[in-house]
Amino acid sequence: MGTRDMMPSFELYQPDTLEAALDLLGRFGEDGWALAGGNDSFDWFKDRVKRPRYVVDLTGIEALKGIRETADGGVEIGALTTLTEIERSDVIRSRFGVLAEAASKVASPQIRNTGTIGGNLCQDARCWYYRYGVHCYRAGGNTCYADTPEGQNREHCLWGADRCVAVSPSDTAPAMVVLDARMVVAGPNGEREVPAEQFFIGPSIDITRMTVLEPGELLTAIRIPPSWAGARFYFEKVADRNVWDFPLVNIAAAMRVNGNVIEDARFAAGAVQCTPRRLTVVEEVVRGQPRSEDLARLAGQSAVRGATPLNYNHFKIPLLQNLVMRAVRDA
Amino acid sequence: MAENPRDRDVLGYPEPRYERSGLSDLASRKATRRQFIKGIIASGAAVSSAAYLFGCSSGERAVAPAGGVERMLTLRVNGQERHVDVLPNETLAMTLRYKLGLTGTKLGCDRGECGACTVLIDDVPTYACSTLTHQVRNRSIETIEGLEGPNGELHPVQQAMIDELGPQCGFCTPGQIMSAVGLLRANPRPTREEARLALSGNLCRCGAYDHYLNAVMRAAGQSAVSQA
Repeated sequence: MGTRDMMPSFELYQPDTLEAALDLLGRFGEDGWALAGGNDSFDWFKDRVKRPRYVVDLTGIEALKGIRETADGGVEIGALTTLTEIERSDVIRSRFGVLAEAASKVASPQIRNTGTIGGNLCQDARCWYYRYGVHCYRAGGNTCYADTPEGQNREHCLWGADRCVAVSPSDTAPAMVVLDARMVVAGPNGEREVPAEQFFIGPSIDITRMTVLEPGELLTAIRIPPSWAGARFYFEKVADRNVWDFPLVNIAAAMRVNGNVIEDARFAAGAVQCTPRRLTVVEEVVRGQPRSEDLARLAGQSAVRGATPLNYNHFKIPLLQNLVMRAVRDA
Repeated sequence: MAENPRDRDVLGYPEPRYERSGLSDLASRKATRRQFIKGIIASGAAVSSAAYLFGCSSGERAVAPAGGVERMLTLRVNGQERHVDVLPNETLAMTLRYKLGLTGTKLGCDRGECGACTVLIDDVPTYACSTLTHQVRNRSIETIEGLEGPNGELHPVQQAMIDELGPQCGFCTPGQIMSAVGLLRANPRPTREEARLALSGNLCRCGAYDHYLNAVMRAAGQSAVSQA
């Protein structure tokens, strides 16, 4: 059958409150599916890989939309806020520019118009074997098709391989780690707040999930504290195409610079392991040092220590090294 | 199922009604190839092709269990209220093309990767293949058919596309035009770079990108000469 058939049928629910959505998802259990912008979900449905019986459309929940300034000087972003809104938000652009920049590099304009920040952060792995619907480790099987002598693993990981070698595909996730954002998670047992760095999980913790979200839980908001507001930021994404494509590697950085001395810094890279990779070694290398070409080069070298490339992704090592170098030099 | 069976096709869907009153007359008098194909889809004369379009004719859960959204919707399309029976799993591109007969919206990849299905939802360019019709209830939907004036005069972007020889094969053109119209409504005097970004979610296999950009700049009342 061609690609222009319908996706398999499901029952659609359109709650307008978070409580109603959580109630529905709790009742449907494994047969339920939370839908936001749909840019990730519909591919799964059309390919018949995921076949939920009940789809809960969250886009009618107004309370989960929009960007609010908080009393402490930070911002709270509703999970259903579109990437376009974030890209264009004055407060995000002026105070947390690395996030606006990251959001502007996601996919295409039309996808950013419907794609939500929650969806971008919670999206599933993009490994093409997994997406193709094969019974790999991540899909509950006992094989990784990407990590074989013939496996095509150009896009896959440098660190954190544990049966699965897929990477975090998000552009906004490294920016959230750099900004020390807090993820607000709501579920049947109430609300909890998870630091961005701990929100994403690798295959050694749970090979079937990319985040700490348990079934029946939803990411409802992202709280960005004021700690890095107005810092010097850097974001760069390298992909095969400038539009639509997922990153081969991306880098997000925030630095406090006094005179020429880097007083403090946070670095995170995407698409090099299953979670955004906080580059603490780089932070230690640059902290308290005057900015220079030499420091930038050293920071780049330190970023790739311990990288374990697969057959076809050695190029990611110099790529990450150069991106870190540029971030230190140009932020 | 229906009071008057002739109002429905074999699958029980309402007959598409053409936007402009002249069209159905035209179809009966002078059957163009396009009208002929539309007619076959609408009447369900080719059962197998209709089943192909709507996929789940047998085996699948053809009838969803009760309790979800109401299937009968009123959509605001090109300024008109359109009553239509929409499945819960139906994309806007499917509804526009196969229920409302608005085949100007093209389906290329059906995966949000080409832009041929771009329409405006409340003036915002959106992939109709990656939007459930039920998600755009109460929103204003605008397709390429809605751009022309009351007397059939072309929209300035459409006219500029002709003047600048924008399209080659033309398949991606409706999507390109909708992206351009969305841009010019938000930003009537874009730079060429802004136009390039605004159209970056629309692929053109013929590679006529520069012509499209020339047309956008002309429609915005600026020099169309490429600065590339």
